[in-house]
Amino acid sequence: MRLHNHLHIINAYVIDPSQDFEGRAELLIEDGKIKTLAAGEKIKNAKGAEVFDAEGMYVLPGLIDMHTHLREPGFEHKETIRTGTLAALKGGFTTVCAMPNTNPVNDNAGITEFILKKAEREGNANVLPIGAITKGQKGEELAEMYMMLSAGCIAFSDDGNPVASSLTMRRALEYARGFHALIISHSEDPRLSEGGVMNEGFLSISMGLKGVPSVSEEVFIYRDIALAEYTGAKIHIAHVSTEGSVRIIRQAKERGVHVTAETCPHYFSLTEDAVAGYNTNAKVNPPLRSEKDVEAIKEGLRDGTIDLIATDHAPHSLEEKTREFDNAPFGISGLETALPLGMELVRGGVLSLKDLVSKLTIQPAKILQISKGSLREGADAELCVFDPDKEYVLDPAALLSRGKNTPFAGHRMKGAVVATIFKGNLFKW
Amino acid sequence: MRKDLLGMKEMTSEEIMLLLKTASSFKDVLKRDIKKVPTLRGRTVVNLFFEPSTRTRTSFELAAKRLSTDVINFSGPSSSILKGESLLDTALTVEALGADIIIIRHSSSGVPHMLAGHLRASVINAGDGTNEHPTQALLDAFTILEKKERTEGLKMVIVGDILHSRVAKSNIYCLMKLGVELRLIGPSTLLPPAFEEIPGVKVFSDMEEGLKDADVIMMLRLQLERQGKGFFPTTEEYFREWGLTKKKLALARPDAIVMHPGPMNRGIEIASEVADGTNSVILEQVTNGLAVRMAVMYHLEQAKGEKRG
Repeated sequence: MRLHNHLHIINAYVIDPSQDFEGRAELLIEDGKIKTLAAGEKIKNAKGAEVFDAEGMYVLPGLIDMHTHLREPGFEHKETIRTGTLAALKGGFTTVCAMPNTNPVNDNAGITEFILKKAEREGNANVLPIGAITKGQKGEELAEMYMMLSAGCIAFSDDGNPVASSLTMRRALEYARGFHALIISHSEDPRLSEGGVMNEGFLSISMGLKGVPSVSEEVFIYRDIALAEYTGAKIHIAHVSTEGSVRIIRQAKERGVHVTAETCPHYFSLTEDAVAGYNTNAKVNPPLRSEKDVEAIKEGLRDGTIDLIATDHAPHSLEEKTREFDNAPFGISGLETALPLGMELVRGGVLSLKDLVSKLTIQPAKILQISKGSLREGADAELCVFDPDKEYVLDPAALLSRGKNTPFAGHRMKGAVVATIFKGNLFKW
Repeated sequence: MRKDLLGMKEMTSEEIMLLLKTASSFKDVLKRDIKKVPTLRGRTVVNLFFEPSTRTRTSFELAAKRLSTDVINFSGPSSSILKGESLLDTALTVEALGADIIIIRHSSSGVPHMLAGHLRASVINAGDGTNEHPTQALLDAFTILEKKERTEGLKMVIVGDILHSRVAKSNIYCLMKLGVELRLIGPSTLLPPAFEEIPGVKVFSDMEEGLKDADVIMMLRLQLERQGKGFFPTTEEYFREWGLTKKKLALARPDAIVMHPGPMNRGIEIASEVADGTNSVILEQVTNGLAVRMAVMYHLEQAKGEKRG
């Protein structure tokens, strides 16, 4: 890595859905900003700029992850703000939204400020903290959302825990509506999924593992959409994993409810079969589902029911993941595999290249109302350079995240982020 | 044979029949005055139990002693998140003591599978969570063969908490491979529709309908805490609908055998007069457990010997 205050990217294939642009172009970066995006022509006033030849590469706006667990403070053995944002950069993400289930929980402005300070000092990417909806994420009293918003929180979520009480969720939505804040719902009925460790079905029975039924997610998505509709608040549904959930969200959107939704790469790339052999690296919440759910998720991405792709990057230590399946923690380390997995949707004809990039850049930017995810002239120079043809076998040891917990270990991957540009720095991987 | 016995799911009918044949010879040994053979002298067997058990542990212990091995009993913490030492470290420690065979019971499904991948010693699954209990299925198959002299075409019912029963799971995998016609009976909360997806298996919630002309009746132990979890209202209602009484037994074939893996809840899943009646083979199952476990240990050691050779 070194400073590149003046960079001239040539021979690039640029995809920037924010400007509805896809095609060959040159880019000029000056003082950390996009100076020029020249479609199909050469940039002439680039004298003195260092040249980056992106022949054969896709050049995209830096990706935005709306759902990341950076684990700091409190769980630094799993990940830190430094390592998590480095993993983000390697995955092409220049902005990550940090979920509040840290220790202590990010449920007050003091913790928010700590995270932001730490990110400023040690972070390798933009960190946008997400505050807790309720104090200690206990689902009882509302956290000081207004103060956290003023301190720099971008949205609110009790992610990791559902807000079990419908009354608390109603109040949270009403309260947040007052200052146009976004509530992100981890939709799961805690009683229906109690003790569950994988998708409920034939396989869970045959493996002797307690199942998390799809209705556990769907019942709460129904509830949260109904509450959003009733209160007129905005709601974003995190990590959608089932066919029924996609259907419920689609119907709500048709009615005009202010609902948006995300899914994660593992929900369109893997089925529950990945847990065979009691593979704890495939233990995630919500669990990997059935083939028909995977197909429905893809359809939801295709028709726009699912607005965006987030990673739900949930790093854990090797020791934690070598526990018995029942006691191993939920989660997949996802920042460094998201883009190549997303690219499979393009290869499989589910999404156009532009739609895929949109779901990783301008879509989350719009929902979060931030001026990121674009290569417009004057925008911060945050870019991701992707080699779509690079083939390799995924080695978890090569991940920069502290969490090596990936169910894609040993999988043949196609496509890799080869460089990320952030704050005038060029990182070549 | 393979290195480990993890479940009946993975076994072929040939492997099962070979084990049962060997068990038959060991059963003859158990009838002698001197019930011990020097077959595995010098080998070390460790009972590594993370879940309390007297019956199964004693059976394995005695089976190992009958083969002249040295046996150690080792109790691990019930969960690796409660105590300091990790599950894997406990198992590696036991192996470092010189164990050739490690018999594992754990309340979490998949623990023997996970540990087997890290151990050179053979692993025998003595019951993992609600997954499998393979030696129980083998001893059940042995008992059925002994009594009925065949398995092909027999009508067998398994009654009770199928969902949470590792005994039922292992029996389903094992007996289907041996050509038994299986019927599963229980309240539908404990017998979800997924079981209907198993080819050749029939599911009943009406016990009387399911019992008709059965050759073999296997009653499962009802875990009493399931009542608190709302799977059924009361044990009284459970016994009325799914308990095996003399009257219900009469619906099966007159020579039907009644089995139970033990320990029994008399008056909850089985009436005393049936448990102690002439159709019951419950105590013979216990005896056969020894022979079957001897056969399993013998074959696992043989398999390793062949590899070394």
